Parts: sequence; C-alpha cells; structure tokens
Amino acid sequence: MHPFSLERPRDLAGAFASGAQAGRNDAPIEFIAGGTDMVQLLQEHVRRPDRLVSLSGLLDATIELSPEGLRIGAAATMADTAAHPAVLEGFPVIAEALLASASPQVRNQATIGGNLLQRTRCPYFRDVGYAACNKRAPGSGCSALGGETRWNAVLGTSQSCIAAHASDLAVALVALDPVVELRSASGQRTVPLAEFHRLPGETPHIETVLEPGEVVAGILVPASPIARRSHYLKVRDRASFEFALVSAAVGLDLEDGIIRDAHVALGGVGTKPWRVPEVEAALSGAALEEAALRQAAALATQGAEPRGGNAFKIELMQRAIVRAIQTAGARA
Amino acid sequence: MTTAFIGKPVSRIDGRQKVTGGATYAAEFVAPGAAHAAIVRSTAASGRIASIDSASAERAQGVIAVLTHRNAPRLPYREHKGIPDPVIGERLHVLQDDRVNHQGQPIALVVAETLEQAQHAATLVHATYDQDAAATDINQVEPVLPTQEKTDQGEAQSPETRRGDPEGALAAAELKIDHGYVIPREHHNPLEMHATIAAWDGDRLTLWDKTQFVHNVADEIAAVFGIPAENIRVISPFVGGAFGSGLRTWPHVTLAAIGARVAKRPVKLMLSRREMYYSVGYRPHTVQRVALGASRDGRLAAILHDAHQETSTYEEFSESILDASRFLYSCPNVYTRHRIAHMNVNTPTYMRAPGVASGNFALESALDELAVALDMDPVELRLRNEPDRDEFSNLPFSSRSTRECYRVAAERFGWSRRSPEPRSMRDGRSLVGWGMATAHYPMHYAPASAKARLLPDGTAEVTSAASDMGPGTWTSMTQVAAEALGLPLDRVKFTLGDTRMPRTPPHGGSMTMASVGSAVQAACRKAREDALARSGASEIGDAMHRLGQPVEASADVKPGDETQRFSMHSFGAVFVEVAVDPDLGETRVRRMVGAYGAGRIVNPKLTRSQCIGGMIGGIGMALMEHSVVDARNGRVTNANLAEYPVPVHADAPPVMDVLFVEEHDPHVNPLGVKGVGEIALVGVAPAITNAIYHATGRRIRELPVTPDKLI
Ligand SMILES: Cc1cc2nc3c(=O)[nH]c(=O)nc-3n(C[C@H](O)[C@H](O)[C@H](O)COP(=O)(O)OP(=O)(O)OC[C@H]3O[C@@H](n4cnc5c(N)ncnc54)[C@H](O)[C@@H]3O)c2cc1C
Ligand code: SF4
Repeated sequence: MHPFSLERPRDLAGAFASGAQAGRNDAPIEFIAGGTDMVQLLQEHVRRPDRLVSLSGLLDATIELSPEGLRIGAAATMADTAAHPAVLEGFPVIAEALLASASPQVRNQATIGGNLLQRTRCPYFRDVGYAACNKRAPGSGCSALGGETRWNAVLGTSQSCIAAHASDLAVALVALDPVVELRSASGQRTVPLAEFHRLPGETPHIETVLEPGEVVAGILVPASPIARRSHYLKVRDRASFEFALVSAAVGLDLEDGIIRDAHVALGGVGTKPWRVPEVEAALSGAALEEAALRQAAALATQGAEPRGGNAFKIELMQRAIVRAIQTAGARA
Repeated sequence: MTTAFIGKPVSRIDGRQKVTGGATYAAEFVAPGAAHAAIVRSTAASGRIASIDSASAERAQGVIAVLTHRNAPRLPYREHKGIPDPVIGERLHVLQDDRVNHQGQPIALVVAETLEQAQHAATLVHATYDQDAAATDINQVEPVLPTQEKTDQGEAQSPETRRGDPEGALAAAELKIDHGYVIPREHHNPLEMHATIAAWDGDRLTLWDKTQFVHNVADEIAAVFGIPAENIRVISPFVGGAFGSGLRTWPHVTLAAIGARVAKRPVKLMLSRREMYYSVGYRPHTVQRVALGASRDGRLAAILHDAHQETSTYEEFSESILDASRFLYSCPNVYTRHRIAHMNVNTPTYMRAPGVASGNFALESALDELAVALDMDPVELRLRNEPDRDEFSNLPFSSRSTRECYRVAAERFGWSRRSPEPRSMRDGRSLVGWGMATAHYPMHYAPASAKARLLPDGTAEVTSAASDMGPGTWTSMTQVAAEALGLPLDRVKFTLGDTRMPRTPPHGGSMTMASVGSAVQAACRKAREDALARSGASEIGDAMHRLGQPVEASADVKPGDETQRFSMHSFGAVFVEVAVDPDLGETRVRRMVGAYGAGRIVNPKLTRSQCIGGMIGGIGMALMEHSVVDARNGRVTNANLAEYPVPVHADAPPVMDVLFVEEHDPHVNPLGVKGVGEIALVGVAPAITNAIYHATGRRIRELPVTPDKLI
C-alpha cells in the first residue's frame, strides 16, 4: 500500500474542505465510505492517494418514501436498502439488483454512494503489472484493446477505454430516471443519474461530474408504475457472487397486455449504466410477444462495437432484454 | 465398550478448533521479532533483467533489506528431486541471475519492519527488461515428446504406446468418432494463501509453512542452502486447502529463508491472491484428440488418444492424461501419445486428480458421442466394453466395482426414466439434461512411518508427519489408532505436520489413508502387543497401569510386489442433471449422484464430505474455472477470485448423493483402503457436458461451458 493518512472529519464541512474527489484515479485525496472497493484498490496499488477522507458517520443513511418518491441516503448500506419495505414494494428492480450483487457480508458494509462510484472490473485496470491503462494512469494507453475483452464493454467505448461500468445498482436505478444529490461547500445541486457518469472519450480517468470536495449525499427516485412493475436480470457464469456478464433492468407500464411505456437499461455492456431509448420507443405500444420484443431489443445494439472476447454480449444483451421484459410483464 | 472405530461416521475432532479460529495456520504463528517480506515480480515473460533500481525502495521507511540477483546470497542449489518434482529439468533458482523465464517470476525481495512497509517498498523497485520473444500461446508452440531418461525415481511412463493396429482398426470401423477436446489452465485457488515463516538459529532453520509434505520442504531447502536436512524443522499442522498446490516446495519458501538469513531475524512471507497465479503451479492447459472406432453393437475396435499440455521452459511437468484410454475399457487396438509444449510459464503441477481428470473428460465425452451415434444408452455402451483385466498392464484388477457403481448410482438417480432424445426433457423454460460418466483413479500406496506411545495413565500419543489439507487426517488417523490400540477415541492424541515426526509420503495422490493409515495401524498394534506381553494383562488400560512406564513402538510400512501382480484403482460412476437456460446460456447443476468403489471407507462422514467437495470442484471445472492467459505477454488476466469463479454455495446442487459400494480388497494395502480424494472430481466434468448435450443437443468440447458457449 502506498502510505496515506486517514482523516476522519468531524462534520461534512470538514469533508468538503478536504478537497477529496471520487471517480478520478489521479486525485491525490479521495473519500472512503464502506471501503469494500477502496481497500482492494489500495492493496493492489491501483489507487495511491496520499490522503483518505472518511465519510463514515457524516452522511445520512435513511431510506424514505415521500410523495416525491424514494430517497436513499448515500450512507445507507446495500443490505438495508435491499431489505426496505418501500423498496421491495414500489421499486423491486432496485432490491433485485442489490441482492444479485456481491455477498451478504459485502452488502452489510458497502454503501449506496460507494456503489455508484465503484471502479471498473477491467482486469487491466486492476493489474498494475500492466503499465498501460488510461483510466489508471492518464495517457498511458489501453491494455484491454487487443487483449482479453470478456469483461469489457461494447457500448459507449472509445479508442482510449472500453471498460464496463461494474455496478448493478446503477443499472437498475438509471432505468428509473433518478437524480443524484451532490453536496459541497458551495451547497447542493442535483444531477440526473444518466448524466452523473461520463463516457470515457479521451479522458477515461474522469468518471463522473463530481468536483473536488463534492460528495454524493443521496439519490431520489420518482415513484411510478414503471418502478412498481420492474425487474432486474443478471447473467453470469456462476449462480451468485459474481459481476454481470450482461444484465438488464426493465420497468413496464402495461395496459391490457400492451406496453404503454417501457424503461430499459443494460449492465456489463456499457462504459456507463446504459439506457436504450431506441428500444424503449420501439416497445411503446407493443404486445408482450416474443417476436415484437426481439425486434425492439435488436435496437440496443446500435453503435455496439464488439472486440473479440466480448462479441457474445451483442447477442446476449438482446436476449436478456427480452427475458427481463417477459418476467416483468408476467408480474401481477 | 467397543473400540471398533474404523467405518464409523466420527465427526471431525478438529472441527471446533477450525470454526472457532483455534487452528493455527502457517502465517498465523508468532515468531517473536519477525520482519515481513514482499516479493517483486517480473512483468515480462522472457528475457533478461536489463536494469533494476532498488535505491528508493532501500530508502523507504522500515526497510531492512532489498535483495535482487545482484546482491542476494549465492546459494548452492544442490541437486534434489522430491517425489512431486518433475523428473526432467531444473527448478527455478531465485535471485541468482538476470534470466526471466515467466511472468510473475520473483526478481526482488523486500524485507521490512511491517507488512505494509514491505509491500509499499516493493512497488518502488523498478526493473527494465531485454525481452525475448516469449512462448505464451499453446497453439503456437510445437509440442514435443517428453525426454525419456532413467533417473533415481525410475523410468517415466512411456509417452507413446500402441497395442494392436489402432489406425487400421479405426479405418475399418463401422462407426467413427474423432474430435478435439480442450481443458484450459486451472488454478487450485485454495482459500488459504501460501505462506512461510522462516527463523534461523545459527545454521539451524525452522519453517512454519503451508505444505502437503513437510519432509520434502526440509529436503529441498537443505539442498538449496547446502545444509543437512536434519538442521531444518518444518511445522505445518493445518492446511487451509491446497488441492496439490502444497506438494512441491516453491520458490517463495526459499525466499523467506533468504530474507531471514539476511535480516538476521525471523521473516514472514505470505503470497497475495494475485501472486498465487504465478507461484504455486496449476492444472496445465491441455489439448487432446480422441478417435474411437466401434462396431454397430457398441464394441470398441480402436482408441486413438493424443494429448499435449503446457509446461515451463525449465522443467518437464508431465501428468498421466492417458490412463483412461489405456486401461479403462476393453479394446484390442489402442494408440496413445503424450507430448508437452514448452512455454514461458511457471511450471504447472498436480491439481486434484492430475491428468486423470483431463484425459477422462476427453474419453468420457467421446464415449457419449459414440453412444449417441449408436443410439445406445451410455451406461449400456460402457457395460459392453467392460474389461476382464487391465489390458494395458495385462494384470488382473485387485478389485473393480464399475458395474456395481453404475447400477446403484443409476438406480438412485432414476436413470431408467431418461428419455434419450436431446431437448426432450424440460422444466418450464429450462432444458433439462441427464448425463453420466465413469470415474477412476489409481490406488497409490507409498512407504510411510508412524510412532505410537502408550502412557501409564492409559492414554496414547500417536504421531506421523502427515498433513491434513481438509480431508480429515486428524480424525481418521485417531480412529485407526484407537481401534488398533483398543482405546477410546478421547484417550488417543494423534498429531501430524512436523518433520520431527516419522516420515510419510506426500499428502496427495489419494494415498494418505492407505499409507499413513497402514503405518499408524502397524505402530499401534505393535505398541499394544508389546504392552500386553510385557505386563501380562489382557486389557490395555490395565496393562499400562501395571507397567507404570511408557511403551513406545514405531512402524514402517511399504508396498510389496502387489503392483506387479495387480492393477489397482478406485472406480466410480457419476450421474448428473443439469438445467440449461436456452436463451441466456446459463447452466446449473440440479442433481448429482456419485457411486464409488474405493475399498474400505474408514470414516463415511468425512469421506462423503470429501466426495461432495470433489464433485463441486468438478462443477467448477465443467462450468466456470478458466485462467485466462493474455497471449500477448503470458499474464493471467483474471488472477483474482472475482473474475476466476469457483463454485459458491448457490452452485452446489440441492441434491447430492454419495454412495459407497461395499468392497473388500485384501491386495492394495494392510488397511484395504483405496482413497477417494481425487476420484471424486474425476468424471464430473464429462457427466455435466454430456448432460448439457442431452439438454440442448450441443456438444461442447472445450471447458468451461460458460454462457457465451451456449447462446
Ligand atoms: C467481493 C465483492 C463483490 C462485489 N460484487 C458486486 C456485484 O456483483 N455487483 C456490484 O454492483 N457491486 C459489487 N461489488 C462492489 C460493491 O458494491 C462496492 O464495492 C461497494 O458498493 C462500494 O461501497 P463502499 O461504501 O464500500 O465504497 P468505498 O469502497 O468506500 O468507496 C468506493 C468509491 O466511492 C467513493 N465514495 C464513497 N461514498 C461516497 C460519497 N458519498 N460521495 C463521494 N464519493 C464517495 C470513494 O471515494 C471511492 O472512490 C462487489 C464488491 C466486492 C468487495
Ligand atoms: S479499458 Fe479502460 S480501464 Fe481497461 S485498460 Fe483500457 S483504459 Fe484501462
């Protein structure tokens, strides 16, 4: 581990003043919450901050349902969120995505804020035996290009980076159009989750819109029929405790077996939590029939760029969309 | 009170200790004043170290020493080959020269006051390389026959065998099956990382090490440092899984000892999970071709089995991939050839059911393909080719319960209800498939020793330098000892894992119960007879009370000429049910039944656990395990437990049945035990891929069968 000092500010003002910044590998000061991802990165020398600023005890962990929707405090754990009655009742896709993530031990420790900001599983990012990784060391190149791409993205990639976003929760959430509450010394702002994560472009080391000294304080998810009839499907090599090869989050507004409105997001395939508006548009007015669903799902592949070992994801993500819609559609 | 404990389902005597943290594993021993070491590893696969800069590491806080090939002590590295070492080639010498043979090869060692300081300083060592073209892709390397050389350990088995006229018989056969099969590199991935604590006292060395073979650690380190093996004590009471990774003495043990010598204080070295993928061996990537010729009535006319596997540039690791094709079935015309591909990799090693599991996958898959071509039940096909004797060695089997295994396993499984047509069984959206395969593993019995000491208070201490990487050696040996001594279990204290104890063979090859068990039994019987004779008493507690002083006996057991008279193997049959999601390509195993004829079962509870573990390991092999090598440079891409999946609880089928077929085999060894450690993994992968074929109509010949292969 690179030597660092661990700071425990007494209040949020102290955390803001530290200038710590998440989502950038070149930031010399970074926050730590549950530590489940951060400690791995420190141990593997992927992150080498000089100062770590603990958010422990500073952010609110409440989960509340109000007329505006569901608010999840950034410090809520994955376990508490997944078990919350309001989540189970009105937002099943969130609970399902969380329960399909990690293990009970990790979920007891990990926070919702940290989950949205966890780093990619791109194996080249996490192995410092590779010098080249634009995300880890800006400008150094990308070892994944031309390498083993099974774990990498096919959508939203650039010549600089093809790393997939790892969070299941973020995929489930992005299907529900939430906003992220950000707080810093200059106050609070809200950003739609869809705009919170950035595409890699030429600067894959800058992963979010967070500024230095800015924290995620919570997430606000509007309640809707879509959220209520929602489902998360995760495909992987083993039955549990593995990141997604491909996943699909869907929410449906149905009337008499016809889709009035559908929201669809994908995981394991995009460089950020990936909404597919073309698919959603095609689903609108469609019946829950395999051929129609399949036709709509095919639109998800627009702009997809397979690279050897991840080419199978192009077919698999379409099938995942179809199945997720069928499952959500069959729900009472 | 009965003291008949052999065959009883005794619970693990070290179970409470293990689950409450009371069992001390290698890295947990406290060596007062210990410093910590971290290894710097090469990021090139082949070449020479052009420069290595350790200046800033040396200046880092807490650093005691930074050792590279430029300043590390020159070590004699005397010749030594233990049983688990490859016969041909020379082990990797660490920090002795600038040569780099594989990714992750140790190029420097940092010793510091704390673990964190050592690990940090290790990142400050910078090396540059003059790289050679590296052989990192098995498909680009021309395989060669292994060197045939006579050594101390006898002649290696011939890599090329022929009986009858295999090519002619294949050409003339009514039916032919001819396909390639691939097993990827798989790592053992035990839960406990390998670790060593080294402490010198003058020219005497103590090593607390994770190992399956304490005496071999002493012998190897003695040879490396040029000191007598008697000067080295190796202590290893508990092993948190190993599956073969702890058979050889790997370079990190040497590094710990070098570090301790230079630092002049004890040094603790524990590998990280990532390092485990470059340091302690693995099941080699294996490429096979199997051709079968058969008559329409399902009799094998020809088997041609050609296999090659990766090995390093400096050692010829070869494993017995071709056993199954040579002897498992009756066939007059058989050709087998085993070759190796020298690559810039660290040397592979034995991993649970080494070689056998790989070769069995190819042959048992091919047989299933033949059964399909013949439109014959796969069990029936195997029964039609059941041999009367081992046609390879031309010896009778000491015992062989394949027929009984097929029968009881098929019955328990409900095999007769199988509808043979692929894709004919469904459950909702899932395609259901049933498959089976034969399992086998050679019986190994090797020289072993044990000591028993009866005490006046009517208790006994029994020792043998064996190991327990999980199967339950602590418990089963206590049972054997108590029964032989005629004492209750709680009066017998069995201990293992220390070179001060009588020597044993490696804890591998499923030979511990047979070998160590026989030695323990012999030593205990001797002690008991001696005590009874000397005291004139008829009961052992009484005898010891009368004698008033300890009675000690040692025994050495070794095989006789039985290997010349019999072909000795465990046999079994595995039946599985899988459910495949035809859209998403996910396969989950829903039921497994394994039946084994493995001689005497000393503890059915532990043995069942061991079989379940092996069967679940087989699920890993079939469906998920795969060390993905980046062919550009030889690094293992998924060198961590997130991207290298092993089965978790949710992957274990809800229904797992283990059946032991009654077997009395007087020939194998005094205890009549054949061992089950390895066989439980054999046959599982082909049973699963055969079931996947039955479910989907798709034959997958390259493991693992991940969703991308089925969509
Ligand atoms: C074994 C294992 C398996 C896993 N499997 C899965 C899986 O299947 N699916 C999945 O989605 N995830 C999985 N994860 C990832 C896991 O969900 C994340 O590690 C976890 O959610 C991170 O939360 P944390 O509180 O521990 O964050 P930390 O590790 O403490 O921090 C992560 C990042 O978030 C930043 N951060 C944290 N909170 C805030 C905040 N409020 N404001 C600003 N920045 C902040 C930190 O600076 C850091 O950059 C797995 C993790 C492990 C260890
Ligand atoms: S894909 Fe992105 S994270 Fe992975 S190696 Fe390339 S730059 Fe780094």
